[in-house]
Amino acid sequence: MIPLADTQFVEATWIMVLKSLVIFAVIFGIVPIMTVVERKLIGRFQHRYGPNRVGPFGLLQPLADLFKLISKQGFRPANAIPMLYVLGPLLPVLSGVMALAIIPWGNVQDGVGLYGIDVPIGILYFFAVGSISFYGLLLGGWSSGSKYSLLGAMRGAAQLISYEVSMGLALLGVIMMGGSLSLVDIVEAQGAIWFVIPQFVGFLIFMLAGFAETNRTPFDMPEADAELVQGFMTEYGGMRFGSFLMVEYIEIIVVCGVASAMFLGGWMGPGPGFLDPIWMLLKIFALVFVFIWVRATLPRLRYDQLMSFGWKVLLPLATLNVLVTAVLVVVT
Amino acid sequence: MSEQFPYLKDDSVVEVQRGPEPGGVGGAYRAFGETLRGLKTTMARLIEGPMTIQYPEEKTPVYPRFRGRHKLHKFEDTGLEKCVGCSLCAAACPADCIRVVAAENIPGERVSAGERYAAVYEINISRCIFCGYCEIACPFDAITMGHDYEMADYDRENLIFTKEMLLAEPLERTPLKAEGE
Repeated sequence: MIPLADTQFVEATWIMVLKSLVIFAVIFGIVPIMTVVERKLIGRFQHRYGPNRVGPFGLLQPLADLFKLISKQGFRPANAIPMLYVLGPLLPVLSGVMALAIIPWGNVQDGVGLYGIDVPIGILYFFAVGSISFYGLLLGGWSSGSKYSLLGAMRGAAQLISYEVSMGLALLGVIMMGGSLSLVDIVEAQGAIWFVIPQFVGFLIFMLAGFAETNRTPFDMPEADAELVQGFMTEYGGMRFGSFLMVEYIEIIVVCGVASAMFLGGWMGPGPGFLDPIWMLLKIFALVFVFIWVRATLPRLRYDQLMSFGWKVLLPLATLNVLVTAVLVVVT
Repeated sequence: MSEQFPYLKDDSVVEVQRGPEPGGVGGAYRAFGETLRGLKTTMARLIEGPMTIQYPEEKTPVYPRFRGRHKLHKFEDTGLEKCVGCSLCAAACPADCIRVVAAENIPGERVSAGERYAAVYEINISRCIFCGYCEIACPFDAITMGHDYEMADYDRENLIFTKEMLLAEPLERTPLKAEGE
């Protein structure tokens, strides 16, 4: 039998199932915490407290939001295309959860690899799966039969082509230095020095593209709550809208996870082996903080500004970075 | 300048200061610098901490001369009301919200220190504009303005404050500003 995919470390099936359940549970536990932490932090950035009424310190706020979203009437516009309209929020959830699989939380310990799966194509999988979410965005925007949604979806498509290339090129430098596509190997290669130092330009470009990938300010044109009233999500309500929002946070975790694995030494950190996932989580949270910090600081760009920024600044910079890295890797 | 605008004095011409042109590598570099400056600004706000006053729990302190809910006073030694029912406050009131009905004091069961007392003393708080003229008009300092500003109610009838309510020691729920605040 020809294997569908080659994996570097194979475990028993029940371990794989257990692992995926654990990752699923942990991430879906983190997402509500992230929403409340983000709102509280944004508040602090603006001299406010943020939500602090529901439960101690407002920690039950996401629960209240969830109940509100679930109890909403399931509503669909009359001129929406039913099947695609339902598919819209499903695809991003799928892609977000699938991309979680390659985030490494630690190396093989006691015969269990602390990651979903270690595919040798590693980072390509991230790009392949991550881009699926834009199909959801496009389908959702187009099928809801509203001009705001369509505009948001079109902006999403325009945004996708302007940052995705630079994002790939930004990671190419790391891949050349690490000599592998597998995230686990790349983390292992950062024993001496974290790649954020030699690949600082790549790190910056990846983070900038990450803001665009997750539709966060300053690149949240597909949503643009001020002009497009949430863009592609305009016609969605209840938990369908909720899953679009949830996906945004899952994607932030994925992008931050990939960034910390590629640039910040992944699970590397002092202390015994069982602390590895904690280190990874801390690094992810540090990057999530940067995401929130940037959201509290920068206004939304115009979409021609993003296009020209993507093509005229990020792409040449990323290409130059790749060229210099390639020469240095060959020379040394 | 003077050749270009011969009809203008030199110092009346203001040259418009323009920033560097946007775009290009220099523009991107400057935008990056400004972004970092913005990030620094927001981070400083985070460190400063919130300025919100958590209203129902925490209240804005008012100045000592703040004009809030009215108070009627009694003499501390005899316990008699200071108000003699002269209706000067009602006459001074521009909003016409004070109603006083005076009655003669009966010897033996005196209510006020003077000859007459206020049998009815009502202030329609929903009409009051808190100008403080009643306080100025009163010859006996019988009515003063307190510091409370939380007088909202669901029912307009409850907003007509009677003499008993105005005489009763009101709960001072409003903090005063400290010296020099």
